[in-house]
Amino acid sequence: MSMEDMIPLLWQGLLETLQMTIPATAFSYLIGMPLGILLVVTRKDHIMPNPRLNAVLGTIVNFLRSIPFIILLAMLFPVTRIVMGRAIGTSAIIFPLIISAFPYVARMTEGALIEVDRGIIEAAQSMGSTNGQIVFKVLIPEAMPSLINGAAISMVNILGYTAMASAAGGGGLGSIAIIKGINIRKLDVMYAASILLVFLVQTITVTGTGVSKKIDHRKR
Amino acid sequence: MALEKKVPLIAIRNLSKTYQGTDGEIKALDDVTLEVREKEIYGIVGMSGAGKSTLIRCMNRLDTPSGGDVLYKGQSILNMNQNDLIATRRKVSMIFQQFNLFMQRTVGKNVRYPLELSGVPAKEAEERVRELLKIVDLEDKINAYPSQLSGGQKQRVAIARALANSPEVLLCDEATSALDPMTTQSILSLLQDINQRLGITIVIITHEMAVIRQICTRVAILDGGRVAEEGPVDEVFMHTRSDAGRRLFGILPETPDEDPGVPALRIVFDGAAREKPVIANLIKESGVLVNILSANMKHLGGKMYGQMLIETPEDEQAKLLVTQYLSKQGLTVKEVNEK
Repeated sequence: MSMEDMIPLLWQGLLETLQMTIPATAFSYLIGMPLGILLVVTRKDHIMPNPRLNAVLGTIVNFLRSIPFIILLAMLFPVTRIVMGRAIGTSAIIFPLIISAFPYVARMTEGALIEVDRGIIEAAQSMGSTNGQIVFKVLIPEAMPSLINGAAISMVNILGYTAMASAAGGGGLGSIAIIKGINIRKLDVMYAASILLVFLVQTITVTGTGVSKKIDHRKR
Repeated sequence: MALEKKVPLIAIRNLSKTYQGTDGEIKALDDVTLEVREKEIYGIVGMSGAGKSTLIRCMNRLDTPSGGDVLYKGQSILNMNQNDLIATRRKVSMIFQQFNLFMQRTVGKNVRYPLELSGVPAKEAEERVRELLKIVDLEDKINAYPSQLSGGQKQRVAIARALANSPEVLLCDEATSALDPMTTQSILSLLQDINQRLGITIVIITHEMAVIRQICTRVAILDGGRVAEEGPVDEVFMHTRSDAGRRLFGILPETPDEDPGVPALRIVFDGAAREKPVIANLIKESGVLVNILSANMKHLGGKMYGQMLIETPEDEQAKLLVTQYLSKQGLTVKEVNEK
């Protein structure tokens, strides 16, 4: 394929990939982060112990996480049609992406928040903090470096899932690599799209790690 | 007309706490009753595992006891609803062995945290933070992060933070145990200063008798979850009645000491020796050359505590001279391995 044809194609693909990845990540956090917070605070030795709720939420998260994305995508077609207005296409796929990613985000958030030292939480309690104040003024700020790291990892994960969008008529770099590259044997397009994906993943990871390190004041 | 009885600031009533351990129940606290009076520095001392940490943590309900009650100004904190508990915790603040500072907040923002909780306006809070950092002598560290501070400085920040909401009580959970002796001294004098200048009641948990001796007015000795002894510090020091107390003062060995193998005299120092140096004077006065077999002594507040084993003089007359001299000094002498 000539350069003149390839550049607009890849540009289009890049935009579509971002159109799927960014909103999917944002909405996954909107659902996954509160869920992750609940998974931490309802533990039996945490600030709002509720083992039963914790077990129920944990089971839901594990269940959703164990379904492979490509299968979830197909399973969700009817629901996606209702929620997004249509079941296939670049924008429709955001819904299954969210459903697949939010449990992952919840676990990521849980992992980051559980690292906050018990002593610090007790100090906050001893000063007369409400549970809400502990979550928003202590847990989240103290865990911010690992939360940022987790966000970068989650985003890379979602980016990986978008490559499967072609299975539901979606676009993006992944689709280009699969449809143009493998199905109609334009290997140069496949490599170009893949390199771009690698570049995107690198950018996200490096940025995440960099920001995380920069805002962490634990060791200097 | 009935006399109005003064309500103690903190009253612990028949407090007990049992944990479910791997080998059955563990009694951390067993029927503990004590009172902390206004504006005093109350010490609670005990070996590790004596239950003292559990006890202080029950005073602000960080731990929930299994039985008994904790009254703050006559009000049970165990029956309080969440709102009242939060309000009480702002008046009964706490510092910890591990400082527990917010690592992602600067020193200034750490001290500011309690003010944020109670909704103090920004400008007022800023002034208060400076004022508090001045009390603990860390004004120049306002923009530093805890990870850049030494242990002593961290504890000073923790103290400033604990004072932010003008509490009435400061609970100190092994607050100097992670610090070196020099730093411990400076933290103790800071606490004393806070007690005297701001009139804040202080409760101190420690395993170090020297801490109690230095700043506390009254003390409770905790042993196996029970109060072994309680009273004004001087009194408890001078006339220790409990084994736990004697162990803590180093008067009783923690393990029964070894048999010297020969006839010996055990001299017990309980801080009452009138003259020093006792043994040198003994030799001078009695003319008997005594042979020291072993000694385990501690100096506390200029007084001698501990015990010493000396070989019993062969000569009966010499033995009599020695025991008489020692008794005259106010020391207890016991014979070991009588001939």
